[in-house]
Amino acid sequence: MVRGMAFDTSRRQVVKGFACLGIGATLPLCCGGTWIQAVAAESFTLTEIVDGVHVFTGANELMNEANHGAICNLGIVIGDDAVAVIDSGGSIVEAGAFLAAIRGITDKPIRYLVNTHMHPDHIFGNAVFRDAGATLIGHRNLPRALAARGEFYLRSYRNQIGATLMKGVEIIAPTMLITDRQELDLGGRKIELRAWKPAHTDNDLTVFDPATQTLFAGDLVFLEHLPTLDGSLLGWLGQMDELAAIKAAHVVPGHGTAPASWPQALQPQRHYFEALARDLRKAIEDGTPLAEAVGTAASSARSDWQLFDEYNERNATAAYAELEWE
Amino acid sequence: MKAVRQDRRPMAGTASKMAAALALAACICAMPSLAYSQAANAPSEKIWNELKTDVFEDRTIQSDTGLIRIEAPKRAQDAALVPVDIFIDPAKFPGGIKSLTLIVDVNPSPVAATFQFGENSGVTHLSTRLRVDDYSYLRAIAETANGELHMAQTYVKASGGCSAPAVKNQDEANRTMGQMKLRQFAEQDSQTGKGRELQLMIRHPNNSGLQKDPLTQYFIPPHFIHKLSVSQDDRPILSMEGGISISEDPNFRFDYTPDGNGEIRVEAVDTDGKVFRDQWPLEAAGL
Ligand SMILES: [Zn+2]
Ligand SMILES: [Zn+2]
Repeated sequence: MVRGMAFDTSRRQVVKGFACLGIGATLPLCCGGTWIQAVAAESFTLTEIVDGVHVFTGANELMNEANHGAICNLGIVIGDDAVAVIDSGGSIVEAGAFLAAIRGITDKPIRYLVNTHMHPDHIFGNAVFRDAGATLIGHRNLPRALAARGEFYLRSYRNQIGATLMKGVEIIAPTMLITDRQELDLGGRKIELRAWKPAHTDNDLTVFDPATQTLFAGDLVFLEHLPTLDGSLLGWLGQMDELAAIKAAHVVPGHGTAPASWPQALQPQRHYFEALARDLRKAIEDGTPLAEAVGTAASSARSDWQLFDEYNERNATAAYAELEWE
Repeated sequence: MKAVRQDRRPMAGTASKMAAALALAACICAMPSLAYSQAANAPSEKIWNELKTDVFEDRTIQSDTGLIRIEAPKRAQDAALVPVDIFIDPAKFPGGIKSLTLIVDVNPSPVAATFQFGENSGVTHLSTRLRVDDYSYLRAIAETANGELHMAQTYVKASGGCSAPAVKNQDEANRTMGQMKLRQFAEQDSQTGKGRELQLMIRHPNNSGLQKDPLTQYFIPPHFIHKLSVSQDDRPILSMEGGISISEDPNFRFDYTPDGNGEIRVEAVDTDGKVFRDQWPLEAAGL
């Protein structure tokens, strides 16, 4: 249940991208023609979860050609004057469908695109929103992270999702950088950005809409989809209480069901991380080598998550290398 | 891109040739090659057949003699951090082995490291972590005291280990660079159960120099530990000449035979010429 904020489903507005294909088709896209765009648009649904906050829910899958890279949650917050977009999606195709769906809801200018962090599923669509005139915003560490990884992302994802879906994808760093906290004025509605210390990555940023008590957590919160670790396990665990203290009623996690009640949504991942840390600390203490330890770490949490086998050993490898320095 | 400093001191014999091959290969393949990822999906000896003369000239390399064994996961969970174990059968080399060369066939700089062992060091097992850029053989070649070369290999499915940036927490990495940690394991806790073991960990980004900033199109310069020595007092246990294929925060675990109660000393030098030193008393618990 969501605390404090009731969801009136009859009032929910659902906007499907395909209703706006006419607009989508006029976008300056270069992504394999209208067929693939139409397919993407048909599966792209924006749902109004509370007043002026619309969310797309990604699939709990790896990015691939069939899902158009649409695996993470995306959102928008609409003020009196302007729109803020939270993450751009995992391909130009997805971002194009996203923009088309937004245009089916409002014609207010898209003033900001907020990147919650560096991962391709969240930033590969950046070009679409830059071209739509948005100012790109990110954590102060995001440009450095993209400088180190961007080329690798472009190359390795070409193998993973195919050249067609990679068409038009550019690594675009934010120009407006957040060091600590900052407000964005959308006209009659201010949203709060907050930069975090290393956790999921070293460039995690959250967005909070006080008007509806909605928290966009980016990948600082995972539900159903196993959390992935590309920053610091200790940093993530260490900031869990600070996250929980945010006065939100509900959260849009980076992956998994949106919205979910807050702060209860933190519980499953806290449980997983604690199991992972406990098992690995014991292995390190016992002198169990990395290769052996990562095979069994956190296996007690296996049935709680989707994509466990895809990500757990990798998480455990990173966590082992971090924890052995304790 | 310059992956290896030009001012290396000359080394004798095989080691200098390896260093040359390392430098050469790093220059040739500075651009991460897409051809590799498309071509090298099936085990192939092709790269090795070209590589081995660069590294070992026309010397005979014996395979499957049982003297040396190498283990690594069949599929790498993290290509930038692939654990590898090398075991040497002490019964088969009464004279001891002089050196050990670790090779990752497909890496832009295939010679990952060359280890030299001190006399009576007693090293029969060595593990470390490697970057592996694509599906590849990992090879360990031991040189015995009488100059024979013995090789073992294993095949690993990995991708992007060299061009992928491993540093997950850049500020922390910059702050802690050069810190070392030594763990000492008693005989019964060692991986072989045969000798006492050391695990040496060094904080260093060990940047490969193969990461390109897509915004500026410049390569981020390589910066890695290229020399390492471990000794008990002044008695050498092992030394290493390393390349960019050793993972971030270089980590070595090996057994050895202590001699007396002298302290363990470590010195590491990186490609910026920074020298890191530390020492630890021999732990009584490990005796
Ligand atoms: Zn994500
Ligand atoms: Zn992420």
